[in-house]
Amino acid sequence: MDLAIGKLLRFGAIFSAVLVSLGGVLYLQHPLRSAPKYNHFLAESTSLQGVAGVLRGAVHLDANSVIQLGLLFLIATPVARVAFCIVGFARQKDHLYIVISSSVLVILIYSLIQGGR
Amino acid sequence: MSVLLFTALLFGASLLAGLLGALTGLGGGVVIVPVLVLLFKVDLRYAIGASLISVIATSSGAAAAYVSEGLSNIRIGMFLEIATTLGALLGAYLTARISSHSIAVVFGIVLLYSAYASYRGRFQDVQMTRRDPLAVRLKLCGTYSSLSKPERYSARRVPLGFGIMFGAGTLSGLLGIGSGAVKVLAMDQTMGLPFKISTTTSNFMIGVTAAASAGIYLAKGYIDAGIAMPVMLGVLVGSLLGSKLLVRAHVATLKVTFCLVILVLGLEMIFSGVTGRI
Repeated sequence: MDLAIGKLLRFGAIFSAVLVSLGGVLYLQHPLRSAPKYNHFLAESTSLQGVAGVLRGAVHLDANSVIQLGLLFLIATPVARVAFCIVGFARQKDHLYIVISSSVLVILIYSLIQGGR
Repeated sequence: MSVLLFTALLFGASLLAGLLGALTGLGGGVVIVPVLVLLFKVDLRYAIGASLISVIATSSGAAAAYVSEGLSNIRIGMFLEIATTLGALLGAYLTARISSHSIAVVFGIVLLYSAYASYRGRFQDVQMTRRDPLAVRLKLCGTYSSLSKPERYSARRVPLGFGIMFGAGTLSGLLGIGSGAVKVLAMDQTMGLPFKISTTTSNFMIGVTAAASAGIYLAKGYIDAGIAMPVMLGVLVGSLLGSKLLVRAHVATLKVTFCLVILVLGLEMIFSGVTGRI
């Protein structure tokens, strides 16, 4: 189980870094435009906050959406790791840890749904 | 400032933070927020969002290696993740409600503690005779090979460790950091686990803890693509370089220097928070 989890984590980190880099290249297409001001907080435009909006933008190679898609993959990696552990514990017939891992997964999914609203 | 220069500077600073974080074992997240806020004049919320992302990236990258080597204890990590993820939910909830000034002050205090903990060096192994029956029931034990012979270990004071982990999760969600120092404190000092197991299991847990607050950060708009992109890539590359260099570097001198940097940043954060500049 350890080896497989290691592979999963590595893949998640590399894949999301590649997506974010691709988005970064698109983002710097016009390198001389002036940088946005970040000293005042404005919530990101709403189209970027939902998964559907991010996917729609990424298909059209919108730089911010491609970066956000990479970030979503990155956030999904630990969640996938927990799901993966449930399968691992199920194979070992470790009922206690199936319950413990499932609780962690429920908390994670709750936070993502709660946040995504 | 052009967007290219801004992005390049952010990337450079994050690379340095990740490099020093990996070399000293403190992690990059703890310095990236004050650097963004104090040097780049980025709003605290954007800084926290970008830092949280970089924390997930480096945790996944580093944990991949430790888990494969069998150093992280997956059961202990998973059990304690119940506490850290619940704490992270609370922390992320609080971030949206507490003023930036107060968050800056709390951040400063955490920085001062990190500098202190890192300066004091690793704690002595705690010798406790009483085994916690809860640890036996929850299978919070394992073996690890120190020097030559494999040694058995088992967790102690499980409820207290669980409680401290909840606090670590809350800090992580509130400040967008991995709070690895507090996690190691809970496992190493409170639960009496071997230091090596504590640090690697802490690393393994950081990604899941951070993911629990990421959804809320994303929805609140804390994670801005233009900042998160260079910061995540910079910290990730920096920490990978750092772990490669670790064998050759003069860690002792580096550690003292980095501690001083963190100390100054911590004081500056508290000062800026109290005077209302953040």
